[in-house]
Amino acid sequence: MRYFLFLILVVGSPIVTAIEWEEQRIFKGANGGETLRVISSTDSSVFAPIIDSFLSAHPYLNIEYRVASSTGIYNEYRQSPDQYDLVISSAMDLQLKLVNDGYAFALDDVDHPEWAQWRQSLFGFTLEPASIVVNKSAFGNLPVPQSRQEMIEVLRANPDVFRGKIGTYDVRQSGLGYLFATQDARASDNYWRLMEIFGNLETRLYCCSGAMIEDLAQGRIAIAFNVLGSYAAARSDLAEKIEIVLPSDFPNIMMRTALIAKSTRRVRSAGLFLRYLVSSRWNDDAGQANTLPSLHLPSIKDKRSIIALEPGLMIFLDRLKRQSFIKEWENAVIH
Amino acid sequence: MTSSTANISGSLRRTLAITLLCAVTVLTVLLYFVIRNYAAQIAQQSQDSILQASVTSMLDATKLREGVVEMDIPYVSFSMLNTATDDRVFYTVHQDDKVLSGYDDLQVPQMATDANIVFRSINYKDIPVRQATASRMLVGDGLRTQITASIAQTQDNLSVTLQRISRNAAVFGAGFFLLAALLSAWVVSSTIRPLKKLASSVTRRGPQDLSPVAMPVPTEMGSLVSSLNNFMSRLEKSLTQSEDFIAEAAHRVRTPIATVRSHAEITLQRVEKEENRQALKAMIRATDEASRAAGQLLDHAMVTFRAEQLEFQEFDLVALVEEIVLRLTPIAEMRYVELCLQGDATVMVSGDPILIQNAVRNLIDNALKYSPHESVATITVRSNPAPYVEVQDQGAGYPVQEMKQLTGRFSRGKNSHGTVGSGLGLTIAREVALAHNGELTIANTPQGGACATFSF
Ligand SMILES: Nc1ncnc2c1ncn2[C@@H]1O[C@H](COP(=O)(O)OP(=O)(O)OP(=O)(O)O)[C@@H](O)[C@H]1O
Ligand SMILES: [Mg+2]
Repeated sequence: MRYFLFLILVVGSPIVTAIEWEEQRIFKGANGGETLRVISSTDSSVFAPIIDSFLSAHPYLNIEYRVASSTGIYNEYRQSPDQYDLVISSAMDLQLKLVNDGYAFALDDVDHPEWAQWRQSLFGFTLEPASIVVNKSAFGNLPVPQSRQEMIEVLRANPDVFRGKIGTYDVRQSGLGYLFATQDARASDNYWRLMEIFGNLETRLYCCSGAMIEDLAQGRIAIAFNVLGSYAAARSDLAEKIEIVLPSDFPNIMMRTALIAKSTRRVRSAGLFLRYLVSSRWNDDAGQANTLPSLHLPSIKDKRSIIALEPGLMIFLDRLKRQSFIKEWENAVIH
Repeated sequence: MTSSTANISGSLRRTLAITLLCAVTVLTVLLYFVIRNYAAQIAQQSQDSILQASVTSMLDATKLREGVVEMDIPYVSFSMLNTATDDRVFYTVHQDDKVLSGYDDLQVPQMATDANIVFRSINYKDIPVRQATASRMLVGDGLRTQITASIAQTQDNLSVTLQRISRNAAVFGAGFFLLAALLSAWVVSSTIRPLKKLASSVTRRGPQDLSPVAMPVPTEMGSLVSSLNNFMSRLEKSLTQSEDFIAEAAHRVRTPIATVRSHAEITLQRVEKEENRQALKAMIRATDEASRAAGQLLDHAMVTFRAEQLEFQEFDLVALVEEIVLRLTPIAEMRYVELCLQGDATVMVSGDPILIQNAVRNLIDNALKYSPHESVATITVRSNPAPYVEVQDQGAGYPVQEMKQLTGRFSRGKNSHGTVGSGLGLTIAREVALAHNGELTIANTPQGGACATFSF
């Protein structure tokens, strides 16, 4: 379910930088006038139900929805901040840095829990756990691992079954992958042990969740590690073939966050859309099946496993820190 | 006694209250700013110490490996900077003069060699931030390099804290002000109290009470009260002296006059020459006048004196009047005037019998003096509505035009021509009545006679 609709060259600064949009769609309201320019790291197929239900409530708006990787969005928005009205991304660290560096417009009157917002500028509106997704048939009668530790054990015991059959994010390309990897590494040393094993088993690296899940569905890989469970769950057609596991040792839960561009001239409309996102109303309107899990996910009881919106997130964006993390990661995963 | 107003300028109570309130206000404002500044300093210090911990942890994470600087900033370096208001964080790391990582436009202050950390408040990206900078020398493989780390944080949380502190300080200040104001009100009233007590004790005195003030007073009022006592004792002395003097003088005048009169009368019997007899008669008359005047002056002085220290006692007014009538009957018979006493059997009153006797005697005396022969003077004593003595004669009555002045001192009417008198009779009667909280009214009856009423 991936489209390459457009390839657009954006000329924003003297340095000509190309951003490769994965998708670009225009959602038209019934009497759409003003157009909101939204850039996002979420596939339009996943986001479309939300936008549709928003537009049916606000038919005088259009939404131009462009999709790129979270890193791509981050760089593009920093380069031409006045080209967009709303930025939605799964990379919480990059989003937080945008706010920290003054790129976001603060909405003072949004009623949102303290832990799900930062500076009234960055608002988390989904809760999406990093999951281990497995292809049931590939596992045969092997036990499906319920935690990282169990996965280590299963992989160590059956190296030949899983050689070349493990998929995870390429943290160098995927902002979300990097976020999950750094949070994992922060939480436990097990991460590096796991990466060693991944490296030995010739792990496949992916830029994005969609591709990883597609390969998993096709049986090209047996395990997708740290992939967004929400993406997998959204694929109801795969429900039979795959199993989504929330690691029981320590789940990492990401919030998809949205911010309004500092220089937007459509403050009111952008505010409407953002309020709609944080209201979680779309969850009822659009139906549970094909969309993202809203903030009020009942299954998540422990708020501590939600990645906190705090300045600490920026640590791993530090040039030196990133360099050394990537180096260590490459040493482990790539041979 | 005339009631006089004082020359008033300003109020002790107000001056005291205003002064105290001013002092309290100044103190409150001072207190407010002291508390606020102190608390602000502490709040700033706590932000500084977190910044210091953060920058130190960053420096600790730097090391030289094979001549290359590596820095593995721990997560806590930044997560410890998390605040309730989500303050923004900027940082930069320099190796010698070159930016190694972080925000390259964040200026770093010049580090003094001995300082291990420098704090300053600057503007970065047009917003006020607090910046902590520290540096560290790395030595290895023949390389010496200086690493400088700097963290800047916005001060939203600090200003929220400051606002809260200001609010609390304001509440505290208001409380302090209220308490101090209440206290000063209490101080004012307790300071003024002895003055008020003195004033009311002096006011409550009878008009004649000139005894010294005996109640205890604070030192500051000592001289005032002692001057007051001094003044009153002098006043009392001079009053008694003058009363005594008048009494003494009247007495001294009367005796020689009586001698002169008796000599003149004896001489009159012996002298036959008509013009000499005339002269002697005039002389006798003059001595009568003088004697009467002296007697009335003496009575008046006595009345004034006794009225000052009035001693009340219960007695029967009718009995008193009866006695006077009895005493005056010989004189009345000489004038062919009948004295007729009527009214209640007994009328109990409280007062000074000597004074009342004097007053009633003067009224009957007038009735005898100013009514014709062969007439009746009626004296009525009753207890209703209030006890009174009324003396009514059948003469020509008071001269109508002079009615108002007749009770004044030394005032005599036109009809008094040819009668011996001093013009003090009605005055005495009136003063006695006033001393007893009563009054003397004079009027003419429809038949033309005079009617004087002494009522309690
Ligand atoms: N019963 C009366 N009938 C008419 N006139 C009177 C009568 N009593 C008083 N007067 C008038 O009032 C005046 C004042 O009276 P008052 O008794 O004060 O003085 P006085 O009789 O003249 O002198 P004294 O001091 O000797 O009594 C008298 O001079 C007289 O003119
Ligand atoms: Mg008289």
